[in-house]
Amino acid sequence: MTATTGGTRAAPPAGTRRVRRRTTLVPWGAGAALVLAMLGGIWVGALPLPPGAVVATLADRALGPLGVEVPGGLEGTGAAVLLQLRLPRVVLAALVGAGLAIAGAAYQGVFRNPLADPYLLGAAAGAGLGATLVIAYAPGTSLGPVGVVPLAAFAGALVGVGSALALGTAAGGSHSATLLLAGVAVASFLAAAQTLVQQQNTDDLREVYGWLLGQLGRAQWSDVVLVLPYLGTACVVLLLCGRALDVLAVGDDEARSLGVHPGRLRLLVIVAASLATASAVAVSGLIGFVGLVVPHIARRLVGGSHARVLPVALLTGGAFLVLADLVARVVLAPAELPIGVVTAFVGAPFFAGLLWTGARRR
Amino acid sequence: MDGGAAAVTGPGGARVEVVGLTAAYGRTRVLDNVRLDVAPGGWTAVIGPNGSGKSTLLRSVLGFHPHAGQVRVDGVPTTGMPRRERARTLAYAPQRPVVPEGVTTGDYVTLGRTPHRALLAAPRTVDRQVVADVMARLELTELAGRFVATLSGGEQQRAVLARALAQQPRVLLLDEPTAALDLGHAQQVLDLVDRLRRQDGLTVLSTLHDLSLAGQYADRLALLSQGQVVAEGRPADVLTAEALQSHYGARAEVVPGPHGPAVLPLRGPERHRA
Repeated sequence: MTATTGGTRAAPPAGTRRVRRRTTLVPWGAGAALVLAMLGGIWVGALPLPPGAVVATLADRALGPLGVEVPGGLEGTGAAVLLQLRLPRVVLAALVGAGLAIAGAAYQGVFRNPLADPYLLGAAAGAGLGATLVIAYAPGTSLGPVGVVPLAAFAGALVGVGSALALGTAAGGSHSATLLLAGVAVASFLAAAQTLVQQQNTDDLREVYGWLLGQLGRAQWSDVVLVLPYLGTACVVLLLCGRALDVLAVGDDEARSLGVHPGRLRLLVIVAASLATASAVAVSGLIGFVGLVVPHIARRLVGGSHARVLPVALLTGGAFLVLADLVARVVLAPAELPIGVVTAFVGAPFFAGLLWTGARRR
Repeated sequence: MDGGAAAVTGPGGARVEVVGLTAAYGRTRVLDNVRLDVAPGGWTAVIGPNGSGKSTLLRSVLGFHPHAGQVRVDGVPTTGMPRRERARTLAYAPQRPVVPEGVTTGDYVTLGRTPHRALLAAPRTVDRQVVADVMARLELTELAGRFVATLSGGEQQRAVLARALAQQPRVLLLDEPTAALDLGHAQQVLDLVDRLRRQDGLTVLSTLHDLSLAGQYADRLALLSQGQVVAEGRPADVLTAEALQSHYGARAEVVPGPHGPAVLPLRGPERHRA
């Protein structure tokens, strides 16, 4: 280090500018990928729906109340398949993928642990127990238009995370390690309870497994309406917390010295991420790998700052799950693969590839 | 908000008074009725053997560790200060900074602006200007696009300092700023701190385990032993062979130098025999 100070302010080196341009382009690219994936997801099926006609139909529906007619839309069966089957399914897939991915990114940030995923604190085990209980003891019941299984899964997920938080806070304040261990304890307990219920009711095994592996095949607009308020709120809160999570990334003491209360922030983020997870799980079952892999992809694309990772994870997660659902429908058509199997099958090698190229680049 | 030159230099140093500070880990008392007075623009280094409570003293002054007693900055008790105001007054560089993965040096230094803007808001022009100036002063401009995790130890220490300075604090609290550095880099960092302190009139309160460095850079030393300040004053008065013997159990010779005393450890004969 030489003694010159202040004085010359050199232009930022070329590498900086390239990084900056990439970080502004990537969110737009991810958004475009999501739109293309959704159009693709609508297109492919027993009755192909070409994107042009789909866009025209949607534009016609949207602008109809304003007295504008858009020609070239779908008619009859095509329109019904689009509006009642494909569209709700694709929208739900995008919502669930986005919610799981942003929740995973938030969990990884809050615990400063790259292996964290949305199911870490007992959300999955709680939802599994809730769904299994209903399938085993109260099959086919519904509250109004909504089945009881999603409600039980939603409540179970929140109870799981709530117990983990209560146990962790009672045991050792808001330290992330204590919370993690409390999550492990709660998750094991709930999983054991779920296994017990399952053993007692082997007739329902198939349906329970179907739910556990994740499914979007019965997606309806009512599902979208059910999750949107919670999922939407949670995602907005998490997106707003991006910069605060960046502060938390330098450690609790340093976050404090920068005027941030680490315990409160951690609690807020965990609650929001768990709400997103519970909503996603309620309508889709336990779809693995999205919440673990997508945040890593986002980080590879835009670096480690949560202010940038969270929105990119949201968009990429939506696109990823829409494509996974597309694969699940196509591979064994007319039969469907459980989407959780697809995400793991596609996600695991993809993840391995990411690690491989990352290690080589370094 | 302040703009222009004032935004860059910061508001100048404050007096730090510590009165009757007592702190514990569980039931073990770590600090016992500590009293300390750091003049505005002064540099006090807290020295003392391992486990004497140096880091806890710093963390208590920052309000991170529960304690009894009072810490006043320019006469204002820090306990009543809102969190963000305290963060605009006191900046802290820990002994082992957590280096986040995948974060560029520029973004890392920008974190120092957190207490000056709304938590949800993006950095403003003022923030970017302060960050650019701090980075230029600390010769980090070239490294702005590099990931902090890939910097060398000395460069990382400079990035941490830059982040603290971007807070535009009145007091800089440094916990072992040279712990991870070799002798040359340690001297560079301490020269830098001294220069920043003289230019901005910053008050510096640091811990330093290297007694020779402490004696030559700080203008006052506080010797902490078993949770109590047993000596406080100019380096030449605090660093004596007797004090090192009784509080460190060390045999050493204190050599006077142009900028303060240096400590020369001596190997004793009886340990040789044992």
